[in-house]
Amino acid sequence: MPAVSKGDGMRGLAVFISDIRNCKSKEAEIKRINKELANIRSKFKGDKALDGYSKKKYVCKLLFIFLLGHDIDFGHMEAVNLLSSNKYTEKQIGYLFISVLVNSNSDLIRLINNAIKNDLGSRNPTFMNLALHCIANVGSREMAEAFASEIPRILVAGDTMDSVKQSAALCLLRLNRTSPDLVPMGEWTARVVHLLNDQHLGVVTAATSLITTLAQKSPDDFKTAISLAVTRLSRIVTSACIDLQDYTYYFVAAPWLSVKLLRLLQCYPPPEDAALRSRLTECLETILNKAQEPPKSKKVQHSNAKNAVLFEAISLIIHHDSEPTLLVRACNQLGQFLQHRETNLRYLALESMCTLASSEFSHEAVKTHMETVINALKTERDVSVRQRAVDLLYAMCDRSNSKQIVAEMLSYLETADYSIREEIVLKVAILAEKYAVDYTWYVDTILNLIRIAGDYVSEEVWYRVIQIVINRDDVQGYAAKTVFEALQAPACHENLVKVGGYILGEFGNLIAGDSRSSPLVQFNLLHSKFHLCSVPTRALLLSAYIKFINLFPEVKGTIQDVLRSDSQLRNADVELQQRAVEYLRLSCIASTDILATVLEEMPPFPERESSILAKLKKKKGSMNVPDIDDSKKNMNGNGNVEHNNNNEPNEVTTKVYVRITAKQNCFEPGFKHCQSRGLAHIFSKIVPGFTYVKLKC
Amino acid sequence: MRFMLLFSRQGKLRLQKWYMATAEREKKKMVRELMQIVLARKPKMCSFLEWRDLKIVYKRYASLYFCCAIEEQDNELITLEVIHRFVELLDKYFGSVCELDIIFNFEKAYFILDEFLMGGEIQDTSKKSVLKAIEQSDLLQEEDESPRSVLEEMGLA
Repeated sequence: MPAVSKGDGMRGLAVFISDIRNCKSKEAEIKRINKELANIRSKFKGDKALDGYSKKKYVCKLLFIFLLGHDIDFGHMEAVNLLSSNKYTEKQIGYLFISVLVNSNSDLIRLINNAIKNDLGSRNPTFMNLALHCIANVGSREMAEAFASEIPRILVAGDTMDSVKQSAALCLLRLNRTSPDLVPMGEWTARVVHLLNDQHLGVVTAATSLITTLAQKSPDDFKTAISLAVTRLSRIVTSACIDLQDYTYYFVAAPWLSVKLLRLLQCYPPPEDAALRSRLTECLETILNKAQEPPKSKKVQHSNAKNAVLFEAISLIIHHDSEPTLLVRACNQLGQFLQHRETNLRYLALESMCTLASSEFSHEAVKTHMETVINALKTERDVSVRQRAVDLLYAMCDRSNSKQIVAEMLSYLETADYSIREEIVLKVAILAEKYAVDYTWYVDTILNLIRIAGDYVSEEVWYRVIQIVINRDDVQGYAAKTVFEALQAPACHENLVKVGGYILGEFGNLIAGDSRSSPLVQFNLLHSKFHLCSVPTRALLLSAYIKFINLFPEVKGTIQDVLRSDSQLRNADVELQQRAVEYLRLSCIASTDILATVLEEMPPFPERESSILAKLKKKKGSMNVPDIDDSKKNMNGNGNVEHNNNNEPNEVTTKVYVRITAKQNCFEPGFKHCQSRGLAHIFSKIVPGFTYVKLKC
Repeated sequence: MRFMLLFSRQGKLRLQKWYMATAEREKKKMVRELMQIVLARKPKMCSFLEWRDLKIVYKRYASLYFCCAIEEQDNELITLEVIHRFVELLDKYFGSVCELDIIFNFEKAYFILDEFLMGGEIQDTSKKSVLKAIEQSDLLQEEDESPRSVLEEMGLA
């Protein structure tokens, strides 16, 4: 039983809650609730004025019903009335109700603000705290407007009690978060900084939280806080346990305050003053040293608190990114945690190391743990920990280990959770492109991606591989051969058919010499997949067929027969039908020269920002994603981009001009007619106003 | 902290405290989604996971899951200890707290939470001062509630 009796307990409420719990079904529960709502409604409307206790009880019941998940549309007035009661418990319930059921009725808001104003000015610390809490809980714009200037005054006034100071600080913090423009900086800011020296550690904690938020808005106003924070942190870290008494948590000195001070310091760069900087470094070294000492308690709370401070210190070290010794020490400490018994610590170590990996001082140190991370990828039971391992491998990847890391990620992909496959595919694609020295490796990797996780290979990825193959002469033959072999597999993913169809259409001639990959064999191979594919893929294959007609006159008849068949010419899909009809016509009427010109090899693509990177950034939100190095080698093998991209086409009559579709960074490898006129018409016309690219379709 | 939820293994929500303004419908959706994810986790898994753009820290005490949502840059381990401290406070107040205590005295649970966390930030980390503050408000309750006879009111008895 509690040491202090719980007041009156509101018997009626307890009975009601019991009734609800005893309801055997949802319908019974709703029935009971409605009965009670009707009862309360009548009591509120009734002639007899309710006494404070009853009002409190009914308001509390309404709150309970609301928290069960039902809508409440009355009771606000009564709750607001409770605010003006002099009895503490009635006020308390009133405030609780209006904080939970926030109402935007302006009359009510006015009344509420009035009540709050009275309580704030009452000089009764308990009432003031209630009012401040309400403001912090609701944090609405109207409240901010009414009280944002009053609260700083309360905060720094000399006669404010400690508990009220704490509440005021945190209340101000909340207001600043929701309506930053309404919290004006003023001369009170200097006095808030001074609160860091307060005797009462609770006040210091609250003030630190407040300053951390405000410093992000106007860092200069709070620069003086840095030295105070360092001093205070230093005192805590070097203190003996008995010094801090109440604020020692399972033998760790003021862990919450330490973490907050370290967070505050992360709002600023390393201190300019040399003495201060060395004091801070000493502090951080002490924290790192303590991690190596044997634990003072076996309880998990002790280790959690100690490590919380340690991880925050490491965050600060990473943020400053200026002391190589500290960074390396941090990395080693995290390396130890990578193999810790506790899953939580392994998770956090993997997460922290990701940020370390991007610092030039510690990048090499991080790489030394690669084997451990790969092992974690293979053996960790918790999928969220495995995901952190993938993130870390991605972050630590560079030229020296790219092949190994990509290989590991591919093998992980085979068994990975479906929810994370797309992200892994994007990352592998980015790494493969960024660190490819030999582009045959790149092509292999992407084809592997399609084979393993075809469903999760988004358009950006396979468009990219095609763009790169088109731009690099040296890999075109290899690409043709590899897709040809890959397509032999009995069940291959549709994305592979798309890539294969496009590449063979462009570069099939490079392998046509070998009898095993003769033109007819290539065509039959592609056509065998035709009926298994979706409409867009079939459209792409039709384009490949017309390209074959141009490349390999010997198969022209075979392909024309296919195009001529009813399933193509009378296909239900408009696009397929149109393509079949027009390609057939084109193959019949165009001379070899014209056909060759129309279906000339695709020109190289211009350099653009990688859409894969953009897609990954969108997926991960704010996470740190390394950029593809734009200054790297040219995408072309030969170094020039032979593209005519302006609006004035120079060769007019014999070339076919087509409109680029609006899709960013890629285009549909196919025709898109500007009007519904036939192909022959476009042959000799140029439609101005579009960007034209000489296309092979 | 963005919000804190307490729910049972059967998916009954016992306490919800939101530190940022959200529409009711959105709250219900988030609660449903999160409960599903957390209840599906196995015992040996770690206490942290990523959800939307937040980090979730959760811990199970007896039949209740305590679940907090914190921001990207917040410290996970210290949040675990915030949860633990809250449980300690409840335990001290109710004496060996159990789920029933929180059900029947839900308003007290909210009051204790409010003494301890405000606007999502921890107010006072000294267990003693928080308990003292709660005791004081209880005493105020006592004063309010004890009925006084007319004579007592007049100071004649």
